[in-house]
Amino acid sequence: MSAGPEPVPARRPGGPPPPPPVERRDKANYLNVSFGVKSWLLTTDHKRIALLYLASISLMFALGGLFAVAIRLELLTPGGDLVQSETYNKLFTMHGIVMVFFFLIPSIPAVLGNFLIPIMIGARDLAFPRLNLASWYVYMIGAAFTLYALISGGVDTGWTFYTPYSIVSNTHVVAAAVGIFVTGFSSILTGLNFIVTIHKMRAPGLTWFRLPLFVWAHYATSLIMVLGTPVVAVTILMVAAERILHLGLFDPRLGGDPVLFQHLFWFYSHPAVYIMILPSMGVISELVTAMSRKRIFGYGVIAMSSLAIAMLGFLVWGHHLFVSGQSAYAGMVFSLLSFMVAIPSAIKVFNWTATLYKGSVALQTPLLYTVGFIGLFTIGGLTGIFLAATGLDVHVHDTYFVIAHFHYIMVGGAIMGYLGGLHFWWPKITGRMYPEWWARVSAATVFLGFNLTFFPQFVLGYLGMPRRYHAYAEEFQVLNVMSSAGASILGVGYLLPMLYFGWSMRYGKKAPANPWGAKGLEWETDSPPIPENFARQPHVTEEAYAYAPSEVVVV
Amino acid sequence: MSETALPAHDAAHHPRLAHHFTDLTSQKDASSLGMWLFLAQEIMFFGGLFLAYTVYRALYSPGFAEASHHLDWKLGAFNTVVLIGSSLTMAMGVHAAALGHNRTTAGYLLATIALGGVFLGVKVVEYGDKFRHHLVPGAHFQWDGLHTRAAEIFYSLYFAMTGLHALHMVIGIPILAWMAWMAWRGRFSREYHTPVEMTGLYWHFVDIVWIFLFPLLYLIA
Repeated sequence: MSAGPEPVPARRPGGPPPPPPVERRDKANYLNVSFGVKSWLLTTDHKRIALLYLASISLMFALGGLFAVAIRLELLTPGGDLVQSETYNKLFTMHGIVMVFFFLIPSIPAVLGNFLIPIMIGARDLAFPRLNLASWYVYMIGAAFTLYALISGGVDTGWTFYTPYSIVSNTHVVAAAVGIFVTGFSSILTGLNFIVTIHKMRAPGLTWFRLPLFVWAHYATSLIMVLGTPVVAVTILMVAAERILHLGLFDPRLGGDPVLFQHLFWFYSHPAVYIMILPSMGVISELVTAMSRKRIFGYGVIAMSSLAIAMLGFLVWGHHLFVSGQSAYAGMVFSLLSFMVAIPSAIKVFNWTATLYKGSVALQTPLLYTVGFIGLFTIGGLTGIFLAATGLDVHVHDTYFVIAHFHYIMVGGAIMGYLGGLHFWWPKITGRMYPEWWARVSAATVFLGFNLTFFPQFVLGYLGMPRRYHAYAEEFQVLNVMSSAGASILGVGYLLPMLYFGWSMRYGKKAPANPWGAKGLEWETDSPPIPENFARQPHVTEEAYAYAPSEVVVV
Repeated sequence: MSETALPAHDAAHHPRLAHHFTDLTSQKDASSLGMWLFLAQEIMFFGGLFLAYTVYRALYSPGFAEASHHLDWKLGAFNTVVLIGSSLTMAMGVHAAALGHNRTTAGYLLATIALGGVFLGVKVVEYGDKFRHHLVPGAHFQWDGLHTRAAEIFYSLYFAMTGLHALHMVIGIPILAWMAWMAWRGRFSREYHTPVEMTGLYWHFVDIVWIFLFPLLYLIA
C-alpha cells in the first residue's frame, strides 16, 4: 500500500536554505513516494498498476514475438524443414493466444488507459482501485496457466479453439482455455472500472462532450469488454467441460453442433478486434490534434463513431462463418452489417486527415506513428471490405489474405497506436524524454518492416496460399522470403524502443510538465504526476483541444 | 481552468469514505453502477448457455420434453419458493441496514443464508438422484427412452446451467455471512450500508436466474 506523500519543505528563493532533510528528494511523485517490492505489488495507485501491466505485457509481447520468429524462419523455405507440422501447429497457436489475449487486448487499456483516464478526467484514481489491482493479479494467474500449457507441451488448435478438433486434440487445451477464461475476467474488471470512473469521477465542469477522445474510445471499448468477454468465457468453459466431463454440447458424435461454437466464439472474438483497435484510435485522436496544434476536426462525430463501432461490432460475427454452412440469407445480412463498420471507421480517418490539413504539424515521433497508423489502418480496413463480400471471401477464406488483413489492423493499427501513445506520454509516465532521433529511426523501421512483412502476404493469399501450413508450393517462395526479411526488420523496429525506453528512464533528459505544448488535464500536472495526480482539484472551463485561436485554422 | 483545494480528510469525514471520492453519496453511486455492470456481465455469461439451450431445444424438442419428465418438478417448485423467500429476507435485510438497525440486518441475512442452504440441500438430493439413475452425461449415461442423444444434451445443459447457478449461490453465501458479521459488529449505518445493498443486488440476480431456469428445465410439456 502506497503511503500518502510526505510534506515537502517549501523552498523560498533567496531565503536561507532549509535544513537538509534526512532523505533528500526533489518532490514526491508516484514513482519515488515509496520504495520496495511490496510498495509495488500491493499498490492501489492506478499509475503504478499501469506500470505493472506495462512490464507484464511487454514480456508477453516478447514471448509472442519469439513464436513469430520461429514461424517466419520455417516459412523461409517451401519444405517443412525446420519444425514438424505438429510443432508448427503449436507455434502459430501459441503466437495467436499470447498476442491476442495477453498482449493486444490489455495493451492500450491496461497501460495507457489505466494511467491516463483518471488524470484526463481530473480524478485521483479509478473508481475501484483495489479491483484495479485485482485485475492485474487475475491477468497474471491467467498468464501462469497459459505458460503452464506452453511449457508442458503447448496447444495446437489455433487461437480460435474450433470444435470438434479442440475436443479431441491431445494437447493442453484445458490449461490454455483456463488461462484465457481467467484473463477474460481481468479485462471485464478493467472495463467495468473505466465505465464507472468515466460516469462518476469527472472533474467539475468536465461534461461528456468536453472529454478527450481517448476517454470516449475507452468508454466504447469498455462496453465491449464488459458485454462481450463473458460470452467467450462461458464458451471456453463449455469446451473445457466437454473435454473433462464428456458433455456433448459441440461434439457432432454426441448430437452437438460444432458451428454453435463458432457463433459463440466470434460473438466475442469479432468485437475483441474492436477492443484492440478502438483504444488505438483514441490514441491517434489525441496525437493528431496535439501534433498539429489544432483542435480536432469533427470532435462529436469521432466520439460517436467509437460508440457506433462498438455497437456494430456485436452484429457482424457471422462474417467469420461464410463457409461454415451458415445460410446464404444470414451471410447476406452479416455481409451488409460488416460493410457498415466501414462508415464510422472512415469518419475517423477523414477527420484525422482533415485535422492535419493546415495544422502546424510537428514531424516528431508521435506524429510519425500517427501517419503510419492512418495509412496502415486504411489498407487493413479496405481489405476488410473485400473479406466482408461473401463471394470474394469464399475465394480468399483461410488464406494469407486474411492473415495480412488482420495483421494490418492489429499490428499496423493497434500496435502503431500503442507505440505512438507510449512515446507521446512517456515523458508524463517517467518524467524523462526519450531520444528523439532513435525514436524516429524506430518508427521508420517499424513502418518499412511491417509493410515488407505483410504486404506480400496479401499477394500470397490472393494467389491461394492457405494459412496454418508449415510447407508450401515452391512458387510462393519469393514472396515468403520477402515476408521473413520484413519480419526481421520489424523485429529490430520493436527492439529499439525497448532499449531506448529503458535507457531513457535513467539517462533521458528531464521532461517538463507539458513537453508538447498540448492541451488536456494530464499536461497540467507534474511529470511524473504526484500520487494524488493533482495538488488541487481541477475545474474544467473550456472545450477539449482548445488550442489558441491564432493557431486554429478555419477550414 | 480554475482549481479548488482537494477536500481535506480530517476526522469530520466518514471513516468509510475512500480517499478518491468527495462524499459518500458519489461513492455509493459508483458502487451501484459498478454492481449493475457486473450483473450485465453475468447476464451475458449465462446468456451463452441460454443460447445453447435455445438452439438444442429447437433442434431436439421432443427429446427435451422426454428428458425433462425425469426431473421432479415438485422439488423444483419447492426450491423456487425457497429462493423467492430468500430474496424477501434479503430485501428486508437491506431495508433494515438502510435504517441502521444492525442486529435486525444480521438476523435477516442469516435467514437468507438458511434459505440458500435449503435450496442447495435440495439440489444435492436432486443431483444424487441423477447420479443413481445414470443421468449424468458421459460414459455412464443411460437412457431408456427414445431420444438418447437429445436427453444427454439436455442433461449436459441441465448440469451446466444449474451447476453454474449453484456455484453463484455457493459464492454468495460466504459473502452474506461476512455481511452478517459486519452488521452484528455494528458497521453499517443510515449513511453507509452500501455493501449490504450490493450483496442484495447480487442475491436477487441469482434468484432471477433460477426463475428462468425452473420453467425452461422442469416444465417442458
